[in-house]
Amino acid sequence: MALTLFDKLWKDHHICDAGDGADLLAIDRLLLHERTGGVALKNLKSEGHSIRDPSRVYAIMDHIVSFRSGRGRDEARSPGGEVFITETRAMALEAGIHLIDTDHSNQGIVHVVAPEQGIVMPGVSILCPDSHTCSLGAFGAMAWGIGSSEAEHILATGVLRAKKPEQMRVTIDGPLAKGCSAKDIALHLISKFGAAGGKRCAIEFAGSTVQDLSIEGRLTLCNMAVEFAAQSAVIAPDDAVFDYAGARIVDLAQREAAMANWRRLKTDDSAVFEYEIVIDASEISPQISWGTSPEESFALNEKIPASASSSALAYMGLEAGQSLSGLQIDGAFIGSCTNGRLSDLIAAAEILRGRRVPETVRAVCVPGSKAVRRDAENLGIDQVFIQAGFEWGEPGCAMCFYAGGETFPPKSRIVSSTNRNFEGRQGPGVRTHLASPAVVAACAVAGKICAPIDLPNLVEAIG
Amino acid sequence: MKSDPFLQHVGIAASMVRDNIDTDQIIPSREMTTVSRNGLADGLFAGWRYTDPLTRTKDPDFVLNKPGNAGATVLISGANFGCGSSREHAVWALKEYGIRAIIAKSFGAIFHGNCIRNGILPIVLSADQIEQMASFESPLEVAIDLPNQTVSCNRIPGSALCFPIGAFAKRLLTEGLDPIELTLTHRGAIEAFFDQDRQDRPWVYSAA
Repeated sequence: MALTLFDKLWKDHHICDAGDGADLLAIDRLLLHERTGGVALKNLKSEGHSIRDPSRVYAIMDHIVSFRSGRGRDEARSPGGEVFITETRAMALEAGIHLIDTDHSNQGIVHVVAPEQGIVMPGVSILCPDSHTCSLGAFGAMAWGIGSSEAEHILATGVLRAKKPEQMRVTIDGPLAKGCSAKDIALHLISKFGAAGGKRCAIEFAGSTVQDLSIEGRLTLCNMAVEFAAQSAVIAPDDAVFDYAGARIVDLAQREAAMANWRRLKTDDSAVFEYEIVIDASEISPQISWGTSPEESFALNEKIPASASSSALAYMGLEAGQSLSGLQIDGAFIGSCTNGRLSDLIAAAEILRGRRVPETVRAVCVPGSKAVRRDAENLGIDQVFIQAGFEWGEPGCAMCFYAGGETFPPKSRIVSSTNRNFEGRQGPGVRTHLASPAVVAACAVAGKICAPIDLPNLVEAIG
Repeated sequence: MKSDPFLQHVGIAASMVRDNIDTDQIIPSREMTTVSRNGLADGLFAGWRYTDPLTRTKDPDFVLNKPGNAGATVLISGANFGCGSSREHAVWALKEYGIRAIIAKSFGAIFHGNCIRNGILPIVLSADQIEQMASFESPLEVAIDLPNQTVSCNRIPGSALCFPIGAFAKRLLTEGLDPIELTLTHRGAIEAFFDQDRQDRPWVYSAA
């Protein structure tokens, strides 16, 4: 029988039928962070369960850690947030699980760190009480977000009880227009088919456009799948992924065996999906969100539809029929598990180089991990950001979501490389416009919403 | 963790019918101040429920603050309810506030799983059925029968709408089972799988 990639992953981890239409699946990796993982560790202990295999569990500090350059070991970005760091650390040490602490040289956002450190690789099942875990499907892994109770279940048993989801294939073919990135594909998809358009399916992204994306671009695309109501996202791994992940297996014999095993991780030609979506890449142009759901996004030159929700318009301080082009902005943020990797920073730096953010705009860049930060600094990219007027932060989730404490002021208009423009997501009353790192950088230096192509070229700007 | 069995429930249903109500709205991150499942009810819908979240000044226009919805135990909402962040705190906050069931056009996948693990019943009805229910002035009383998978409301006499629910979710809710204990009844199969898998895919056990 012809199988999809997701079928193969499910089958590889299938332990037994658990009754009621559910299966027990072996979970190779459980990732925890201090925001939702700490409470799972704490509750597991109070329920009297032990961890079945601590060597498969990773606690990584990212959500609440301060992004202030030179931060202290327990320093949180929200008042009282230290307790999440200190309690999670204490419980992780006691439990004997892996710990990538705030001062670890490879600390960062869990979904940025997992690929870098070889924690995710093709063919593994990897779950985390964090909705953006679907990012890691970009490696041909079975990856999705769960709740804390499910994390406790995996800690205690090593397995997940789950009903196999329906499957959807999203095929994107053709070359991307200049200035477009994986983020633009994702926002285009979600705006076209709706924030519930993924129908809780396991989605496979396929087609030439997807295969032409870098590994980091694929991570961005899969990351946004949860904003499309997908349970998970997966992309068939190719040589680029095999080489990247294989290089992180130290034992040479094991590396060869793994790479041979990974080559079967693709959908068979005649496999059937419950749903199919096909997109022509030529219809995608640089995107920006205008409302309070990622589905409320459009191409930068479009006008807000007449059917726009009144609550979204009121929150965003916008009107139907209005264009966003030229709207003054108050802030810009580049970072997050969506767009906080080296290629994202490089894309932004290409625009920022030689330009400067006006004083009316607070601009912040927080690399997704310490490895990204180091690589960027070795390339001199930190100086490009700093000279352009950006704050250069310490890795973590940072301003992707507000957890209390200091942020942009109410009603301020922010262009952000993050994943959610929900009401209050970046702070009470803060108006978030989602976009790619390149578009965020262009808006930051222009002080208003615009496309990179709209910026005066540097000779004119200087002259 | 065991939860109280859910069989029948009668309660006031508050309607907040809009699509894509995300878990950041249900419990804003700034309301999650301790490493605990408790103490979250005050933060429920904090961004909408209070004119000033700091002083907890109630917004009289918010649906749960309307006198007719006092003591509501059921929510009625639109599509993709509970989308967004995986934070189980959203469900813990709803439960602590007293919500026992949520009727919506559809649910976010992670939120749906979190509900059934905490004794909250997620009910999917059609858009028409939800619009009709939400059209009545409060207080609207609904009666839910999980074993028979029906929900009826006092404004539509004789009505009993059927709703779908997965077999495992139904069993977990009606019996208040502990999923960990349930899974450990398969301990033999689990250990046999891992023993074999360790030989078949050693790189998964030694890398990173």
